Amino acid sequence: MTIEVRNLVKSFGSFKALDGVDLKVDSGELVALLGPSGSGKTTLLRIVAGLDWPDSGEVFINGEDALAQGARERHVGFVFQHYALFRHMTVFENVAFGLRVQPRAVRKDEAAIRIRVKELLDLVQLDWLADRYPSQLSGGQRQRIALARALAIEPRILLLDEPFGALDAKVRKELRKWLRSLHHEIHVTSIFVTHDQEEALEVANRVVVMDKGRIEQIGSPDDVYESPASAFVHGFIGESIELPVQVEGGAVRLDGRPLALAADGLAPGASKLFVRRHDMLVGPPGSGAFEGAVRHVRNFGPVQRAEVTLSGGKTIEIDAPRDKELRVGDTIGLEPRRYRIFAG
Amino acid sequence: MSAVAARRRTLPGFGLTMGLTLTWLSVIILIPLAGLFLKSLELSPEQFWNILSSRRTLNALRVSFGLAFAAACVNLVMGSIIVWALVRYRFPGRRLFDAIVDVPFALPTAVAGVALTALFAEKGWLGAPLAALGLKVAFTPVGIFVAMIFIGIPFVVRTVQPVLQDLDPEIEEAAGSLGASRWQTIFRVILPSLAPALLTGLALAFARAVGEYGSVIFIAGNLPNVSEIAPLLIVIRLSEFRYADATAIAVVMLVVSFVIIFAVNRLQRWAQSRIPAR
Repeated sequence: MTIEVRNLVKSFGSFKALDGVDLKVDSGELVALLGPSGSGKTTLLRIVAGLDWPDSGEVFINGEDALAQGARERHVGFVFQHYALFRHMTVFENVAFGLRVQPRAVRKDEAAIRIRVKELLDLVQLDWLADRYPSQLSGGQRQRIALARALAIEPRILLLDEPFGALDAKVRKELRKWLRSLHHEIHVTSIFVTHDQEEALEVANRVVVMDKGRIEQIGSPDDVYESPASAFVHGFIGESIELPVQVEGGAVRLDGRPLALAADGLAPGASKLFVRRHDMLVGPPGSGAFEGAVRHVRNFGPVQRAEVTLSGGKTIEIDAPRDKELRVGDTIGLEPRRYRIFAG
Repeated sequence: MSAVAARRRTLPGFGLTMGLTLTWLSVIILIPLAGLFLKSLELSPEQFWNILSSRRTLNALRVSFGLAFAAACVNLVMGSIIVWALVRYRFPGRRLFDAIVDVPFALPTAVAGVALTALFAEKGWLGAPLAALGLKVAFTPVGIFVAMIFIGIPFVVRTVQPVLQDLDPEIEEAAGSLGASRWQTIFRVILPSLAPALLTGLALAFARAVGEYGSVIFIAGNLPNVSEIAPLLIVIRLSEFRYADATAIAVVMLVVSFVIIFAVNRLQRWAQSRIPAR
């Protein structure tokens, strides 16, 4: 099943939630919509599900015009951030709900419903909770039940709205792996919304980065991390050092002083220089494009994080290997191994 | 509970609050009710039975309980719809309507009775068109029914409102995306979630209507055996100095009301147990 949206526009009052969004999702893909809050990712998901309606634009599910149908007819599985389980029903009845409300003509009989629910509970590995009520489950269990409930109707596509957003960090990591393997198993075309870049990069086949109602970049997790298409993407994904620079006369200038960086093909004017923290290589004073004084050093897992005040006065944070000797007060040279300059 | 656990309670005062509760409930409720039972003991069982089985008493009880139950049911349905509109939609005047719901709480019941009577009398604004249709409201049992609806509505609205406010609209969206129709969503998801509150509202509206006196006597016409409510019959017996008769009727009202409210309470507890606290 494919999903295609064309030129979607949606405003809430004066706030533009979606500002001309085009997206194609191929059959069997697991796509992440990644962006800060207010970027329009949830609105996009809800429009695909039929829970919201666009001001203009088109939505096709498997080539059919989805906007001609309500949420009920679209046959879309939707998983909510806060689970939205029916609290007066047992886990079993929650999962069975989608099967029980089918029109009489196509409804399965009780025995078939029991078998199907059992299958789904096995799939999410929670068959032992069938008789409990949602309030008696942990957050992670609730979300797995919500997923089983959404899958019960054999949805054409599966949409997940910040599925792990309300869970604690450890459970979130487990469920991420689990979701990826589940998708591998059932292969239903899926879109999930997240503001957590790690989650998007780890789980998805393809990542769609959104900001202010527009799509900034679509690409594989490697693409968006290694070759960000815009200043926003570079700043949002991975930890970056961001420096305001001036491109003029074939040179890149920071605080008026030229840097030893190539300015080929760059448009003149105010620009932003982006370097990943771990791409700043530390050398002796005088080596590299920057020079600065170490202010503060802290060990941080496999790296040491140093606060360095550059000679122009700006302070940046870099990540250096633990074996590199850095002392507070040292003057060091810094050479960006890789960097990107974006106009604006 | 072990002594250690008792000492570790954050808030002291189980003894104090429990003592106050029992004393207060005794002084305010239990002792007056016990007095009622004592007074009725002046009657022999045979006299007691004769008073109760008299046609006038039975009819008064039937009118009171029957109409109160019917009014409570109407309030349940209409109250639910009002709650739905007030909670789920934003419209101009919403706060005003929300405030109007409380008017029957605050209005002196006699004022309500006079107002309803004037409105539904044969020449009244609503009474005239209804009379043209052949329906006489004021000075008939229908009038009692109307007054009981009037005084009961806030009980349903105010008990159900906070529970519906607490009910996440996302569960309706979830039901819709799982293929449920609007009706299926209402009957399988929303109403069951509200069931405990609905039952409580029903019980309160019923209890209020059974005990209502002030607004009803103005509109009822108070025709013995037809539109005479039990509380009025009690007052009549008191004015005739037949105190034992009055207490006998009161005792029956008390017992029947208690049984009904207790049953609804159990039903509500049962419904609640299916929705454990979050």
